[in-house]
Amino acid sequence: MWDIKINSKDLSGCGIAGIIHKKGELIPGEMIIKAISCQYERGNGLGAGFAAYGIYPEFKDYYALHLMVNSKKALEEVAELLQKRTFLIFNEPIPTKNVATIKNPPRFERFFVKPRVSEELLEGEASVEEDNLMVQLVMEINDKIEGAYVISSGKNMGVFKGVGFPDEIAEFFRVDEYSAYIWIAHNRFPTNTPGWWGGAHPFTLLDWSIVHNGEISSYGTNRRYIELFGYKCTFLTDTEVVTYILDLLIRRHGLPLEIACKVMAPPFWMEIDEMEEEQRELYEALRIIYGGAMLNGPFAILFAYNGGLVGLNDRVKLRPLVAAKKGEVYFIASEEAGIRAICSDPDMVWAPKAGEPVIIELDENTIPNQKSYLKIRPKEVTEDVLRIGYFPISLFAGK
Amino acid sequence: MSLELDISLFHYSQANKLVRQAINNGEKEIILRGVKGHRYLLAGISAEVEAQIYGTPGLDLGAFMRGPIIRVYGNSQDGVGNTMDEGKIIIHGMAGDVVGYAMRGGKIHIYGDVGYRVGIHMKSYQEKIPLIIIGGKAGDFLGEYMAGGNIIVLGMFSIYPERPIAGLFLGTGMHGGKIYLRGKIKESQLGPGLKIHSLESEDEKYIENSLKEYAEDFGLNLSDLLKEDFIKIMPFTHRPYGKLYAY
Repeated sequence: MWDIKINSKDLSGCGIAGIIHKKGELIPGEMIIKAISCQYERGNGLGAGFAAYGIYPEFKDYYALHLMVNSKKALEEVAELLQKRTFLIFNEPIPTKNVATIKNPPRFERFFVKPRVSEELLEGEASVEEDNLMVQLVMEINDKIEGAYVISSGKNMGVFKGVGFPDEIAEFFRVDEYSAYIWIAHNRFPTNTPGWWGGAHPFTLLDWSIVHNGEISSYGTNRRYIELFGYKCTFLTDTEVVTYILDLLIRRHGLPLEIACKVMAPPFWMEIDEMEEEQRELYEALRIIYGGAMLNGPFAILFAYNGGLVGLNDRVKLRPLVAAKKGEVYFIASEEAGIRAICSDPDMVWAPKAGEPVIIELDENTIPNQKSYLKIRPKEVTEDVLRIGYFPISLFAGK
Repeated sequence: MSLELDISLFHYSQANKLVRQAINNGEKEIILRGVKGHRYLLAGISAEVEAQIYGTPGLDLGAFMRGPIIRVYGNSQDGVGNTMDEGKIIIHGMAGDVVGYAMRGGKIHIYGDVGYRVGIHMKSYQEKIPLIIIGGKAGDFLGEYMAGGNIIVLGMFSIYPERPIAGLFLGTGMHGGKIYLRGKIKESQLGPGLKIHSLESEDEKYIENSLKEYAEDFGLNLSDLLKEDFIKIMPFTHRPYGKLYAY
């Protein structure tokens, strides 16, 4: 009786959505598909993707490499490299399904590996060295092997992304067959950069994954800065750089999460001027030392890691972001309707302040290899740039 | 008779088409249920109709409308009343960013908090003086580039006890209209050149009249709303940047 038609030509911005269960219970993929598909108008069919945490418990101590290749040759080259440089314990094609609207997709394969730190395969938790070797390996594959891209490389997590609307990409990768304790999703409306399979969000490195609505006007500055530390930008789009900034600031330089967010979206100078002396010195130092990591331009981003989900807006709020909670489950999305589509009666709905991160971490000891970046951690790597060590560590504890 | 529809499975264009058809056929009352992010509801309608919306209406609710009275039983997203001309939008919850963007006339009453850039570029002409009343708190850039009309912020029904009644850069570039705040703010929150003024008797009369209707809409006690003192922010000249390009 009703003539329901979908018009895909309305102009809009990207849509993002994220869900986390604080107790580490698994959330069915269907939920995130609904949340992002409700924000259908925010994309135009040129990209969609999902990141799922907790999907490979049987290989929880191995890095899960999701690989996208455009040829058999590229796949063979990557497999050969991985044989040489890692302990490769399992690989298989990522299960996909034919979707009528998705034409000529690339091939997807997943590898479960540990880098060869020593001759013997080391059991248990990763060392800093393993993480660093993985980062090098990912950069090398993306940069050197033609037609091959690592689309995710974290433990017990994976990314499924490509060119299409969210429901199409979900169907293609059979996302409804996975359950995860953290999900993030993206519906893309590319404006400045090509809508290609690698350019779809999330962008990842190790277990960092990020989705973004907006544009990073400071991309050039950020890219030059991050390349000084060995990162290579190969995906032709601005969001990629944010992933590497997170890895540098939080994993390598050991900044607490909240401080890292203040590097990317710093307070205005006029706000800094009004701060107490100690705080003011800290924020001045952050702006001076990490000027190259500051993000300019409109953004609403969601990022996740093995242990938490974070939402962050640019400091003048040029993109929408809404958060909600229901019991132990937290939601963040571009539009409240996206949350209401999967949770009609949240306990609380709120609009995060511009530039102030919403950080939801899992309860302690709920998942394997769990990370927490809220607390002050011992510095793992000392680098010259880490002059921030002059400041009393208590300042890093935030408020 | 009224048109009552559950639009949860409809695309917004379909829902809007049905609403417009009904109004063209003389329908005066529209009830929409199952609203989940549907955009442009009642947008561009020039008719005296009443609408009830259950759920979360999407972007640009009532944009460009002239006449309808819309009641939203829930929160609304961004762009409520974008460039609206006449009519009224009553929101029994919170609203997102850019509420009343370039609003030319009519009223928007919001029970709770609002986001950023509310009332940006509001304007007025002769008897058309738009009004936004916010029961909660407002984000940064309230009344940015405001050219006319009035904004009243009560700061009473907010879920953010830690935030000030309005954010930074209040009234930046403002060259017309008035912003009334129930409570205090720091001068440093104001846009360049703006000052805090105390009310004159005509301001008091205007606030009382406006809040009387607001109190009725939400079943509140007018005297509670008037218990605290208000302050007024208004432009120091109607051409604050007149000499910026021509000197």
